[in-house]
Amino acid sequence: MKIIVAIKRVVDYAVKIRVKPDKTGVETNNVKMSMNPFCEIALEEALKIREAGLASEVVAVSMGPLQCVDTLRTGLAMGADRGIHVEATTGLCPLNVAKIFKRLVELENPGLIFLGKQAIDDDCNQTGQMVAGLLRWPQATFASKVVLDKEKQVATVEREVDGGLETLSLDLPAVITTDLRLNQPRYATLPNIMKAKSKVIKKYTPQELDVDIRSDLEVVQVTEPPKRKAGVIVSSVDELIDKLQNEAHVI
Amino acid sequence: MVEGGALGQVNRLREASGEIEWSEAALELTRHMSKTNIRLSDYFSTQLHTHRNYSLIIDQISVLIISSLLQCNFRRCFGSAATVIERNTSFSTLNSDDVSYFKELLGEKSVVEDEDVLLTANTDWMRKYKGSSKLLLQPKTTHEVSQILKYCNSRCLPVVPQGGNTGLVGGSVPVFDEVIINMGSMNNIISLDKVSGILVCEAGCILENLISFLDNHGFIMPLDLGAKGSCQIGGNVSTNAGGLRLVRYGSLHGTVLGLEAVLANGDVIDMLGTLRKDNTGYDLKHLFIGSEGSLGIVTKVSILTPPKLSSVNLAFLACEDYFSCQKLLVEAKRRLGDILSAFEFLDNQSMDLVLNHLEGARNPLPSSMHNFYVLIETTGSDESYDKEKLEAFLLSSMEGGLISDGVLAQDINQASSFWRIREGVPEALMKAGAVYKYDLSIPVEKMYDLVDEMRIRMGQTAKVIAYGHLGDSNLHLNISAPQYDDKILAQIEPYVYEWTSEHKGSISAEHGLGLMKANKIFYSKSPETVQVMGSIKKLLDPNGILNPYKVLPQSLSSYH
Repeated sequence: MKIIVAIKRVVDYAVKIRVKPDKTGVETNNVKMSMNPFCEIALEEALKIREAGLASEVVAVSMGPLQCVDTLRTGLAMGADRGIHVEATTGLCPLNVAKIFKRLVELENPGLIFLGKQAIDDDCNQTGQMVAGLLRWPQATFASKVVLDKEKQVATVEREVDGGLETLSLDLPAVITTDLRLNQPRYATLPNIMKAKSKVIKKYTPQELDVDIRSDLEVVQVTEPPKRKAGVIVSSVDELIDKLQNEAHVI
Repeated sequence: MVEGGALGQVNRLREASGEIEWSEAALELTRHMSKTNIRLSDYFSTQLHTHRNYSLIIDQISVLIISSLLQCNFRRCFGSAATVIERNTSFSTLNSDDVSYFKELLGEKSVVEDEDVLLTANTDWMRKYKGSSKLLLQPKTTHEVSQILKYCNSRCLPVVPQGGNTGLVGGSVPVFDEVIINMGSMNNIISLDKVSGILVCEAGCILENLISFLDNHGFIMPLDLGAKGSCQIGGNVSTNAGGLRLVRYGSLHGTVLGLEAVLANGDVIDMLGTLRKDNTGYDLKHLFIGSEGSLGIVTKVSILTPPKLSSVNLAFLACEDYFSCQKLLVEAKRRLGDILSAFEFLDNQSMDLVLNHLEGARNPLPSSMHNFYVLIETTGSDESYDKEKLEAFLLSSMEGGLISDGVLAQDINQASSFWRIREGVPEALMKAGAVYKYDLSIPVEKMYDLVDEMRIRMGQTAKVIAYGHLGDSNLHLNISAPQYDDKILAQIEPYVYEWTSEHKGSISAEHGLGLMKANKIFYSKSPETVQVMGSIKKLLDPNGILNPYKVLPQSLSSYH
């Protein structure tokens, strides 16, 4: 069985996000970019399944500008067998990504697709669900535990829901999106970085895959959240009560 | 008492007026010296016989005798000198008039007598040194610092300047009842020249705040250290703090362009230049860098900050022997020189300690235990070029057998978790129990020999933990034991100091001397050098009120 994992190149989790002066989006020039943390978890899970002998190949897929290849190299250094880069210079919204994915699935015939539950840049949390919808495959989102039964071709997935855990059983092929507590992704070791250099990354364009990437969404404006005002130290209990009553209107 | 005898003779020498009286006293002294097993160096003997410039010689001899005597005593009290040192009797004691004066000068709020606050300010970060000061002052301006010192000097009230109180040698807390001058309220950033990158700020600015301020303007501080969240720039400068980036940006003697300092008598010395080049007369600012507040209180700093470069890469590597670490350093300097920004190492005992005592610490190379771990950080301006260069270097080092395994951080989060291991060693040591810390500069090739020797010496009684700034030949040698024990200390000192001195190292690479090592200065500096330091101290602080009992040996400060 083949597993496809989606990995997205995003502004590094630890970087302070700055909005572009013209408010059209987030500043990405000269900003450290890394693999989306949820995608790392998705890849780790796929690698574990392959290492357990339940899958034969893990293919990492990334979509976006040329530099996505760097992110794919990271994925290959972690252990993915090969990569696919769909090069797109314009922004891709979740539905575009899902449509491209559908085409790749038709070409690659995987038994399982792993995606992060969401990307930390736009926080959409839509792509996995749309891929499953377009393919008419069963889906399990926010997975915190995945168990595969190769014989029965069934995946048992635990997902965190309010107040407890929900356990789903899915027939393969299926789409699984991963949550934070599923696993701890491995580091890229030097021997694996070396091996990754000879691994293949195949390149497509949306046109080659015959996918129209026109978007139905329009970003009107991106703004920073309002700055928190500095606190004040009150000099007495009376002043505190007065402020709570008359300024904050909470008592 | 034999010691008293020798000292008595020194005093006789000092008071001797005629030649006959002098030579008698000198002869008597020589006898006493041989009784106390203190050898006179040939230099002193010759000088004594020729009897020229004898007041200088007497001072040097007395320094030698007293420091040797004190060292004997120190060995018995786990390095906490407080139990041996006596309060300088020429200092006066704080009274209510003093407190009222300060309240009038600074306002009620800036004069702190609260016991809880004082308890914290009296105790050092390691809880090893504890003073009994009754007063903490929080000046807001240079003028206030000047007025405080002027008053204290006239009253002969000793003071201890205090920044973030993160020092490791007991330099930032009072020994007895010294008035604490806390610089935390002087925390304004004065200016940043965005062309040259020259930052001017007040001494109480917390390092991390400066780092994030500069980050917004595209610059970084030339120094970075584990204590950045608490330590203040004034304290950094006063202790000449080193840290993780020294291999790239050099020491504060290079990056600090100017200072403003207040002398003991209240005079404000404005050396707050913002020039890279300025060869006009003696460069006095250097006296205040690393003198631990014993010559004056630093109130403002002008510092050259490098531009922030966007591409930072970090590798966490395993080496099987110390020789490989050394060779890796040589290779890294040669092949990564233009982008190398840190070269750190820790041994497997340090790694063990971190994994056992630090919550959330994760071994980046879990498949097997290695003998040494090395962190190499590069900082440059081109992400893909730098990464390619580093990768190529690492892969060839691996093929050459210098590295046995390694990981390369793929994002900032991974990089932080690698740094957490190296930076977490001091914290893990604190959690593991008692710790004897030694901060040594030793030529790289000899550095780890000391660690091996200490392991044999300590046997089962204590663990020997070694890590440090390999790129700067700076070893942090730590002896970790369940609790403080005089027998353990006797195994360590003076052996570590003697060994370091023998191998032409320094007994304090970046921590300073403080209280812990004030009397150990002779292991690294000649008596003549220390004598000059003593003269400078006497010139700038004749009453000895600034951070007393520290940096220089007591013997120097108790003679006027």
